[in-house]
Amino acid sequence: MSLSWLKEFVDIDEDAKAIAEGLTMSGSKVETITSYGKEISNVVVGKIISLEKHPNADKLLVGIVDVGTEKLQIVTGAQNIKVGDYIPVALHGATLPGGVKIKRGKLRGIESNGMMCSAEELGLDESLLPEYQRNGIFILPPFPLGMDINEALQLKDDVLEFEITPNRPDCLSMVGIAREVAATFKKKFKMPVVEVNESEEQNPAKVTIEATDLCFRYVARVVKNVKIGPSPMWMQMRLLKAGIRPINNVVDVTNYVMLELGQPLHAFDLDKVENKHIIVRRAREGEKLVTLDGKERILDSSMLVIADEKEAIGLAGVMGGENTEITDTTVNILIESANFKGSNIRHTSKKLGLRSEASSRFEKGLDPEITVLACERAAQLMEKYCGGTVLKGLVDEYPKPIEKTVLTVNPHRINRFLGTDLPTSQMIEILESLEFKVVQKGDDLEVTVPHFRRDVTIEADIAEEIARLFGYNNIEDSLMKNAQTTLGALTKEQRLEEKAREVLLACGLNEIVTMSFMGHKDLDKINVPLDSPLRKAVKIINPLGEDQSLMRTTLLPFILNVAYTNYSRKVQDFKVFEISKIFMPKELPLKELPQEIKTIAIGMYGKDVDFYSLKGVIEALFEVMGIKGVEYVRAEDPSYHPGRSAKILLGDETLGIFGEIHPDVLENYDIPVRVYGGEINLDKVIQYANVENRYMPLPKYPAVERDIAVLVDGDIFVKAVEKVILETGGKLIDKVELFDVYKGPNIPEGKKSVAFSIWYRSYGRTLTDEEVNVIHNNIVEALDKKLGAKLR
Amino acid sequence: MEELLRKLYEDAQKEILSADSLQQIENLRVKYLGKKGELTQILRGMGSLKPEERPVIGQIANEVREKIEGLLTETKNKIAQLEKEKRIKSEYIDITMPGKPYEYGHKHPMTQVLDEIKKIFLGLGFSIAEGPEIEFTYYNFEALNTPEDHPARDLQDTFYVTSDILLRTQTSPVQVRTMEKNKPPIRVISPGRVYRSDEIDATHSPVFHQMEGLVVDEGITMGDLKGVLNIFAKKFFGEDTQTKFRPHYFPFTEPSAEMDVSCFACGGKGCRVCGYTGWIEILGAGMVHPNVLRMSGIDPEKYSGFAFGLGIDRITMLKYGIEDLRLLFENDLRFIQQF
Repeated sequence: MSLSWLKEFVDIDEDAKAIAEGLTMSGSKVETITSYGKEISNVVVGKIISLEKHPNADKLLVGIVDVGTEKLQIVTGAQNIKVGDYIPVALHGATLPGGVKIKRGKLRGIESNGMMCSAEELGLDESLLPEYQRNGIFILPPFPLGMDINEALQLKDDVLEFEITPNRPDCLSMVGIAREVAATFKKKFKMPVVEVNESEEQNPAKVTIEATDLCFRYVARVVKNVKIGPSPMWMQMRLLKAGIRPINNVVDVTNYVMLELGQPLHAFDLDKVENKHIIVRRAREGEKLVTLDGKERILDSSMLVIADEKEAIGLAGVMGGENTEITDTTVNILIESANFKGSNIRHTSKKLGLRSEASSRFEKGLDPEITVLACERAAQLMEKYCGGTVLKGLVDEYPKPIEKTVLTVNPHRINRFLGTDLPTSQMIEILESLEFKVVQKGDDLEVTVPHFRRDVTIEADIAEEIARLFGYNNIEDSLMKNAQTTLGALTKEQRLEEKAREVLLACGLNEIVTMSFMGHKDLDKINVPLDSPLRKAVKIINPLGEDQSLMRTTLLPFILNVAYTNYSRKVQDFKVFEISKIFMPKELPLKELPQEIKTIAIGMYGKDVDFYSLKGVIEALFEVMGIKGVEYVRAEDPSYHPGRSAKILLGDETLGIFGEIHPDVLENYDIPVRVYGGEINLDKVIQYANVENRYMPLPKYPAVERDIAVLVDGDIFVKAVEKVILETGGKLIDKVELFDVYKGPNIPEGKKSVAFSIWYRSYGRTLTDEEVNVIHNNIVEALDKKLGAKLR
Repeated sequence: MEELLRKLYEDAQKEILSADSLQQIENLRVKYLGKKGELTQILRGMGSLKPEERPVIGQIANEVREKIEGLLTETKNKIAQLEKEKRIKSEYIDITMPGKPYEYGHKHPMTQVLDEIKKIFLGLGFSIAEGPEIEFTYYNFEALNTPEDHPARDLQDTFYVTSDILLRTQTSPVQVRTMEKNKPPIRVISPGRVYRSDEIDATHSPVFHQMEGLVVDEGITMGDLKGVLNIFAKKFFGEDTQTKFRPHYFPFTEPSAEMDVSCFACGGKGCRVCGYTGWIEILGAGMVHPNVLRMSGIDPEKYSGFAFGLGIDRITMLKYGIEDLRLLFENDLRFIQQF
């Protein structure tokens, strides 16, 4: 938004920074401020009187330029100029943007007393200019010679760029912002004065709205006998500063009015409209239209078109059709100023992948009341700058005029809601500054919402208007003094989850965070069979890619990816865990939400890491969570080494799986060292956790320690030996601890030696040696009988 | 005999004082006071004394014994002390050598940030609510006053699973679920993963983390919103932190605001972290829209409330000066172990 333009609508002396700050705090956030012309001095309008080839250089020209007070010889490399052109001339001692200083000098032996400037050298965006202005000198209209370029082009300006929230499409215009400026800085807002000189000739055009559900209003006017040419320079400059490409006087006027009033307009070449009859209707299935960008669009009946009696001539609210485009030969114009249903425009523009300045405005739902003014404004400017005649009669098809929104609000309630103590008079003042009409009715206010503020529909909206102009930061802070006290505490489940995390950290595992998407490739890599339930994953309709199209059903691939990342970066000791959700649908496609299961995943590699270090972590977790009676059985899972992996059972429940990753899987990940990993269902761990500890008296009587070492078959689980010891020893066994497992010299092939320490203890008396001997011998016998274990 | 005893004492004294090890002291004890020691030898001659001399000599002998014993103990202590000092002197080690490493795991920086935030809000009487990441469209949009054709839906690129199930784009659906389940007073925060269809780059990720806050009760004001968020800002970013509330727009709050905090890197003077503005945008907030209350079964005539939402990833990056979001998801242990 150009600040110099803004000043047409509101008298404001504050500088750009102060305006930006004020508007940001009242709700129109300023993103950037761009200054134009500030560093430009001593650049004037000149006219080329003669132009000759440089005697010593093929690519240079020597020109004589009349700058009013004198005639200067200037050397240039540009090729787009000719005698008679008006151009910007930087005189000796001139400054240009970027700290450039111009001095007189010699170029290949020829004196050059200044520089002819390009648009870019003046700080303008050349890409928005027509072809002949690019890559060369900026060719000007015939301004007075010697005129300061800043003055000629009204260059000096600050342009503010806003972040306009979707509820305020009215602020996508000069007048919208000007209203905000006026209210924020307590100034007066002035609407542009619009007067149309109609000729006697009656308007010949007709408009029919067929799709009244998608087009709420259609206003049109005919301007005859226009002369297509460039628009005035000041208008082009304003468009340029707003990032809009000047095209010709007619199109520029429509864009200018759009910027000024926020209403997108379109101009049709009336003579190409069949029977001068505009019909607003749904497109026919498969109907074709070549839009202004030269592309053929295939339409369907969900889309709205502007048509004549023969065919579609425009895609409503998105882009005009090539068949009725304004060209250099156009003489009669139909101005369209219409109001369309925002969601339909968005739908069409999305479906065709075609967004335009107009569609992005219509999408947000515009004010139908502005259409007439915008049409009149365009007619006024076309008469003035396109040499046209405005025909008599404005067409205005408006089947269902919108009703005014009138709200009854209560100042006391608003104060209580905001936590303020504003007098009613101040609220009224604020609302009136925003063009709301306010009538006091007893304790209430009857507020009429201005037509351009369709976002205001309830009392809370009025409260926001008051709050933002009073200043959010002027509202006094408070700490819920009217509210009831509440308990701030974690639930039992949340405490247990934190506890689980703490155990894993205490075991030396580092916490990682990975993404939730996977692809079948990830499952392939960890050897998941095609019929596995892990393959029945929730699928995203519009994923970023096939590899990220499923919601993960396992965390293992992510652990291995991270292991690979770290291994390839030469991280030698790797111990990690992640606590995150897996998503298990009951049926596909989803009818209800899938089960989201909090899962612990673990991964480890490194020189002191083996199956048992991983198992130690898992045992520590169960110990802290108070889960007793966990059993480990061989896991039959293709992701894991068959002989070095275990399934964790608690009664009938599977709590998880862990072990050494299968060598095939590691090959898939290109990891040449053993990796240990696992997944544990944290929800179940939390469900079975028992942290309600009770104190056990410390033993009063001493324990008797006996060691036992037996030879057993190599494939007998240590757990089985321990089980026999515990069963046989009964209550008098205080503790059994494995202290050695040995295979090798002195042990027969296929056997192993297993050694336990057994502590015998009674809580009621001191055990005698004789008693202990009896039990211990029973254990030796039982081991022999049940497992064929021989005492060593 | 008296002479002998005196001589014995003098000899003992001389020898004891010249002793320089505990072993020598022990040897001297045996030599003079032992069962076969010199004192015993002398005392054996007591029998030849006159009866009236015996008590006198006996007393002298006792005195000599006591003196020798005293001397022995004293010297022994002295030597022991010296030996201890000598040992200590010999035991000096290089205290600059590294300690024996104990392994402990590092919490992901995002979890650390979240923990800190949780503690602040738990102290303010908030509890923690959780909700599904795969969510009904209704909870993510409609119940948050964002119907199908609402322009705000455009701002969010949503991953869909079916036409009415999606990956939640915000933690706000938990607000609705909380209000449906509980009657006021409600005071919850709800951290979690959210999803938007953005390719990953230095500042965007299709998966990121938000935390929602919600307070609903009778008489909750916009001043309360400011008060609570100001306390949060000061506790989290430091007591000197200033805040600024700017009007903004969210479909589910009215009035809506964004909160900026004074830049904690430069204190508000302007630097690279804050883009030379002195302020950093931290969160979005607002008074819960009456439609949202009503749809969740809470009477907006009776109750009011405020809600806020902030990005955990973003705050983590700001807090630790992390410039690339991808680092948070890459899990290089050399990165994680810095926290």
